[in-house]
Amino acid sequence: MAATEEQQFPLPKILTYPASAPPSLIAQGAEGRLYKTTHLESGLPCALKYRPSKPYRHPILDARLTKARIAAEAKVLDRCYREGVRVPAVYALDAAAGWVMIEWVDGKPVRQGINDWLGERPEDGTPAASEDETPLVDLMKRIGEAVGNLHRTGVIHGDLTTSNMMLKPWASRPSNAGDKAKAVEGDIVLIDFGLATQSSSDEDRAVDLYVLERAFASTHPRAERLFCHVLDSYKPSYKKAPSVIIKLEDVRMRGRKKSMLG
Amino acid sequence: MALETLNLEHIPSTHRVYAAFFRDVTNSDFLHAQLLARNPDFDYAFIEASSVISRRHLQSAIFNALVTILDGTLLSATPHSEVVLSMSPNNNIADAYRRWGIAPGKTKDLIVVKPAAHTPEAMWAHLSESIKGTPVPLSDEEISKATDWQKMRKYYSLNSVQMLSKIESEEKKRQEMERLAIMKMALRGL
Ligand SMILES: Nc1ncnc2c1ncn2[C@@H]1O[C@H](COP(=O)(O)OP(=O)(O)O)[C@@H](O)[C@H]1O
Ligand SMILES: [Mg+2]
Repeated sequence: MAATEEQQFPLPKILTYPASAPPSLIAQGAEGRLYKTTHLESGLPCALKYRPSKPYRHPILDARLTKARIAAEAKVLDRCYREGVRVPAVYALDAAAGWVMIEWVDGKPVRQGINDWLGERPEDGTPAASEDETPLVDLMKRIGEAVGNLHRTGVIHGDLTTSNMMLKPWASRPSNAGDKAKAVEGDIVLIDFGLATQSSSDEDRAVDLYVLERAFASTHPRAERLFCHVLDSYKPSYKKAPSVIIKLEDVRMRGRKKSMLG
Repeated sequence: MALETLNLEHIPSTHRVYAAFFRDVTNSDFLHAQLLARNPDFDYAFIEASSVISRRHLQSAIFNALVTILDGTLLSATPHSEVVLSMSPNNNIADAYRRWGIAPGKTKDLIVVKPAAHTPEAMWAHLSESIKGTPVPLSDEEISKATDWQKMRKYYSLNSVQMLSKIESEEKKRQEMERLAIMKMALRGL
């Protein structure tokens, strides 16, 4: 079994060299794999994103594509980081070998935080009358700000979902909130810039928001009615944001028409 | 012996790196002349310590150089020139040597890196005999005494980074500058 597993998941060469602890596979997507490992010293954790070569692609084209994608993702991370958008720092990369090492973000994906909060709530998502939803609403607002910050720098994420955002626990703020509220506490760190592009057009930004809106509705149907808070806090986050929100209405209309036709 | 063995994560023991730090060096002319003459006894990367921010900054450059050495994709002629080049945000080797290499008559604080198998005792004997300076630990504390931040801001394009001006704590600001420098090195040539 172990042998088959190794065949299925051959490690990138860099991870076959010795380290203080073996790498652990965190996620396996269509495009690549995400390992947790260490960088330089045993005390510095990092995420290694690896895009293995695709056997069905022509080798020269494959090498070129892999290299371009790793380079593009690293460049966008660098640009965001310099602009003060919260994203993981880039530590090292080998574009030709298909990997990039980035800062390990402690915490969990926003998706999990929201689901932990919602817990055993009934299908329709109505909270108990006594429930204070403020912590969840605050999280939605932080998401809106984070996306606004990103768009302000002229970057379109391309794959905004609650899995592509991490909730990094607040270190300095001692929390006396209950366990439930802790589930949705933390700074938003945007990750997964594999599909990111540069654009400052209302249309591209609105589509980015629309993708998030749709993803949110299907991942968290029980919290869908709170999505408006994301847009509310997006709106004042940079100068052109209000016109993006107006454009979003067009994009939604087109989306509806398309789904009716399809 | 103030020679340190760097055991970096994901680097095989066959590619162990040795490093030492000398302050108040008085014979940089001589050392530079040995490099120019390609004296085989001086097969070292000599790094101007005022262009180094921290241990992690240096280790990152060494790691990046070792990755190209392991891949066999060196951009420069030798492993030690690859270490110097890896300090740079671009692929211009002459530029990298001007900024991170030893400057005759100028370099006061010098970091020596040797990315190849060697007996440490022999290497240390050779270094302590050839370098007129004071050996100190290769620690953040010692490195920070040598760092020239004005140069770091220029070399790694940090002056255009606005978020830095919003950081109040000096320590946090240095940490961020270190990370930005490491990112520029990682993205070299892209
Ligand atoms: N820097 C990071 N720190 C911690 N976890 C991460 C980091 N980057 C990614 N992850 C985890 O790995 C998952 C997959 O990574 P991602 O970059 O989204 O790749 P993919 O293209 O496969 O979706 C994320 O959903 C997240 O849970
Ligand atoms: Mg993802």
